[in-house]
Amino acid sequence: MNALDQTSGHTVAHGASEGLPSALEQSHTYATHRGRPVRTEPRAVRIVLTVIALAFVGLFIGLPLVTVFYEAFKRGWQAYVAALVAPDALAAIQLTLIVAAISVVANLLFGLVAAWSIAKFEFPGKTFLITLIDLPFSVSPVVAGLVYVLLFGSQGLFAAYLQAWDIKIIFALPGIVLATIFVTFPFVARELIPLMQEQGTAEEEAAISLGASGLSTFFRVTLPNVKWALLYGVLLCNARAMGEFGAVSVVSGHVRGLTNTMPLHIEILYNEYQFVASFAVASLLALLALVTLIAKTILEHRLAEEDR
Amino acid sequence: MSASSSRLRFRQPSVIPGFGLTLGLTLTWLGLIVLLPLSALFIKTSELSLERFIAIVTATRTLHALQVSFGLAFAAALVNMVFGAIVVWVLVRYDFPGKKIVDALIDIPFALPTAVAGIALTSLYAENGWVGSLLAPLGIQVSFTPLGILVALVFIGLPFVVRTVQPVLADLDQELEDAAASLGATRGQTLVRVVLPSVWPALLTGFALAFARAVGEYGSVIFIAGNLPGISEIAPLLIVIRLEEFRYADATAIATVMLVASFVLLLIINRLQRWAELRGSKHG
Repeated sequence: MNALDQTSGHTVAHGASEGLPSALEQSHTYATHRGRPVRTEPRAVRIVLTVIALAFVGLFIGLPLVTVFYEAFKRGWQAYVAALVAPDALAAIQLTLIVAAISVVANLLFGLVAAWSIAKFEFPGKTFLITLIDLPFSVSPVVAGLVYVLLFGSQGLFAAYLQAWDIKIIFALPGIVLATIFVTFPFVARELIPLMQEQGTAEEEAAISLGASGLSTFFRVTLPNVKWALLYGVLLCNARAMGEFGAVSVVSGHVRGLTNTMPLHIEILYNEYQFVASFAVASLLALLALVTLIAKTILEHRLAEEDR
Repeated sequence: MSASSSRLRFRQPSVIPGFGLTLGLTLTWLGLIVLLPLSALFIKTSELSLERFIAIVTATRTLHALQVSFGLAFAAALVNMVFGAIVVWVLVRYDFPGKKIVDALIDIPFALPTAVAGIALTSLYAENGWVGSLLAPLGIQVSFTPLGILVALVFIGLPFVVRTVQPVLADLDQELEDAAASLGATRGQTLVRVVLPSVWPALLTGFALAFARAVGEYGSVIFIAGNLPGISEIAPLLIVIRLEEFRYADATAIATVMLVASFVLLLIINRLQRWAELRGSKHG
């Protein structure tokens, strides 16, 4: 269709220049002289647009990022390190690492299992199932935390059972883990499903028909094919798991040194006007975000190369 | 295999094993982690009488909070649609030093925890902050006002617009623009009549994604908002406040409104994405 447009446009211009020399000849030379005359905007417009775009990104993204590190180091290295080795900060870092580890493993396993069933088989209702898996992305983090309080809290649907068995979920580690798994639920699956669908089933079918078992087909054929996408999903999942604030805030109970993750610790320090300490902890998470983005850029490059 | 037996099958036949096991695990895990908790919200809401539900949702403070959340989310998505379009245009069509870094920076709001973004924006736009001190002489206060909420929502929404529109514009065949130009269109006409219709579905999708995210946003907003009831109190914060006051019915009712709104938005976004894909394949 595009090629057709171009050729027809060309013949029109050509025919015109042959038939009616005087007036239309001029428009023809105009077109050829400037090559592709109006393919881009005037230089001034280009500069103005570039400046607007850079100012917008700088103001809304660049400056906040710089602020985190500037505020963290405002009182020098010693204050920075002191804030990070404070017992409450260390406890928060430890809790965040534990929660992220459990959530990432859970979503990694779920992502692989879900992608296998969705990408390697044809069955009705598939699109709806994918929508359901994506659902946690569109739920407000606060609502995500609240639904677990409604299930497991003191007024919750399962309150009686939990009390009888003396199990504590809300205001404890299990609640924080559950809320984190909820908000990071789609990350790994949504990276794997489209890629595995695109790759089809031919390689797996070949392996099976040559006598490989289902498991060895998965580990030797499928997994190597999706390893970069899997790593990519895990990275994004991890960044979100370590940084989740709203959902965790609702279920955690904010017990210092016990149920405070790093984002919650940042909030407490900030509300106590301990700005340097707050930004020091925040700088660790900002660093994690930067590392995640750099790794993501490298992985995207790899994925693009493998596509070729 | 006879036609009748294959029609009875739930899935198409395949030599690959593990369908029952993996689908079963997927549905179980999805049910336990996502569907059961979400249905708990509806079960708890159904325990309220209709009058009670309406009374909670139409209370002045609730209505204000919903208005603040939805209104400012809409405004922020609009800002992002306009400036996001400029950013995409510059990133795809122009060359300048440091372009790759700017491109990578766009994803920061995806990766930076909301609480970190919240305290950074608050310091930046406070009266003694780098940007706030420049705006203060003009009589513009950002931190601790609704304007601050808008700033936070613009921050978290920008990558949704940019990352949705960017691939579409990059795939757009520039020969279409050449054709329009050679047929005598001015650059402005080409942009409005040729480029804009091609990226419009993607722009709308990006707008809807940014809006959906901003409506439920909590972490980056509560630090900068000031949180004055009726002025700068967002709906998710009101849910948290009601929960801390042990007013579970109130929290549940407001959360139900938010959840239904996000379902509706999800449906709209799905429609938009399908439209965008159709548009893309037509031009591709």
